[in-house]
Amino acid sequence: MSKRIELKSLNVYYSKFLAVEDVNMVIEPKAITAFIGPSGCGKSTLIRTLNRMHEVIPGAYVEGSLTMDGEDIYAAEVDPVKVRRQVGMVFQRPNPFPTMSIKENVLSGYKLNNNRMSKSDADELTEKALVGANLWNEVKDRLDRPGSSLSGGQQQRLCIARAIAVEPDVILMDEPTSALDPISTAAIEDLAVELKEKFTVVIVTHNMQQASRISDMTAFFNIAGTGMPGKLIEYDRTEKIFSNPTQKQTEDYVSGRFG
Amino acid sequence: MTTLGGQVKPKVRLGDLVFSRAASVAGIGILITLAAVAVFLFIQALPALNPEADFSGKAENPISYVTPYVFGTLYGSIIALAIATPLAIGIALYISHYANRRFSQILGYIMDLLAAIPSVVYGLWGIMVLAPFLNPTYLWLNENLGWIPLFAGQVSATGRTMLTVGIVLAIMVLPIMAALIREVFLQTPRLHEEAALALGATRWEMIKMAVLPFGRPGIISSMMLGLGRALGETMAVALVLSPASIINFALLTSQNSNTIAANIALHFPESGGDYRSLLIASGLMLFLITMLINMLARYIISRRAEFSGAN
Ligand SMILES: Nc1ncnc2c1ncn2[C@@H]1O[C@H](COP(=O)(O)OP(=O)(O)OP(=O)(O)O)[C@@H](O)[C@H]1O
Ligand SMILES: [Mg+2]
Repeated sequence: MSKRIELKSLNVYYSKFLAVEDVNMVIEPKAITAFIGPSGCGKSTLIRTLNRMHEVIPGAYVEGSLTMDGEDIYAAEVDPVKVRRQVGMVFQRPNPFPTMSIKENVLSGYKLNNNRMSKSDADELTEKALVGANLWNEVKDRLDRPGSSLSGGQQQRLCIARAIAVEPDVILMDEPTSALDPISTAAIEDLAVELKEKFTVVIVTHNMQQASRISDMTAFFNIAGTGMPGKLIEYDRTEKIFSNPTQKQTEDYVSGRFG
Repeated sequence: MTTLGGQVKPKVRLGDLVFSRAASVAGIGILITLAAVAVFLFIQALPALNPEADFSGKAENPISYVTPYVFGTLYGSIIALAIATPLAIGIALYISHYANRRFSQILGYIMDLLAAIPSVVYGLWGIMVLAPFLNPTYLWLNENLGWIPLFAGQVSATGRTMLTVGIVLAIMVLPIMAALIREVFLQTPRLHEEAALALGATRWEMIKMAVLPFGRPGIISSMMLGLGRALGETMAVALVLSPASIINFALLTSQNSNTIAANIALHFPESGGDYRSLLIASGLMLFLITMLINMLARYIISRRAEFSGAN
């Protein structure tokens, strides 16, 4: 399943500090949406509100409304733990659990929901998730080795396998390739394109080519200065943002001109 | 042709030299001390191993003499560890992941204070406060759970039992264990905690997935530290226990297997001749036990080093 996410007048705070102001956008299902913008404009902050990871930080909170297929994920009765089980996340630095084997890593999210699973089910799911993350061929002979024994790029794909193993509705990726070499990056870009067949994919990236290569929609964020809140400047189809943006700021940014 | 390395003499800096020498001296010093202690114990214990040795009627032969004390030492320490480990983990988790910062700081200070209390004080407290306080509980345990061998037998009237010793030792080692485990838990990478939370783990599930496995080597180390302290503890045990030279699993009776260290403290002053050698031989046993346990711990930690998160 893939869900449509709607943000309405969303303000995101760290205690008193307003980090992102008044975001209104609709993130389409079965598509890749890229967040771009200069450092500190609140891309990570915003993406973390989509799975309620923002509020893990003491004092952090959100105002406004955020719905998935019409359901308010910040409603009082909604358990953030449930939201996170439907929204997978891949972080900037690969973070497989070092104390678990490759297989245990893949199954770790699934086991939170279902305590008991037969060995054959576990094997099947492991293979499916690793195939889905384009990692199966590289690790099928060493599933019991620690997750940290893989290369950085492989670790990142392991994290993607871990995220898709629970069949979420949405996958969030915060600069998933910024720590990787070009070949691993290409592997993960291909993967993201495959993932959008099934999931809503949101990706934060500093790499303009990456955004234009793989995303369907692009959101450009900017800040007026340090200490000011980040704002959504322009949100449109990716071709439009990169070829013919309506805002001057967007044009300056995507063409590499600043200030 | 010139080759690198051969002719070029690396420049030696004075600071590096002083530091490396000082470190070597300290390292070798520890080894020499350890060897000297072992040699001393061995030489002093030798006369007791002679079949002709005369223990002035206090012992038949070295093995049968030492065995109950070895048992008592291990038994008391294991009880202490069984009580202290879960408590220490709980306290460490509470301080590192649940309490707010102010309160956890205060708790930290209190733990440090507790660690500084000398063991005599713990012993006195055990005998004067804890033993009488626990005695009704012991009676109750004996009445209701007496069918379990551990709680069977004639309950001691004073409360000075193996279980009291275990509890006193547990309280004694708790602060240092909790402090060490807390440090390890605080080191859990934020990255892995967030990975667990983002998968939809509750806080407790996050702790099970990321914090506890990551802290495992630290937990084992702290157990060894606690065990080391409990094994060698003399005063607290000597004060609390009403000792006997038997092997007895019953926790609540007045017939308790004494520990090696407490037994030495009790008898050494008025001992002489081969009997004194025998006591020293039991000390050698204690030394060996401690070493074995430490080696075991190293082995356990190294076996899963690949999964430790340190690489
Ligand atoms: N834990 C935090 N507590 C307080 N303020 C924070 C915290 N994390 C981020 N901020 C602030 O929020 C603003 C947005 O940060 P954020 O990390 O979302 O930027 P970003 O767009 O992801 O930048 P980058 O491209 O460098 O990753 C910044 O001003 C930052 O200082
Ligand atoms: Mg960021």
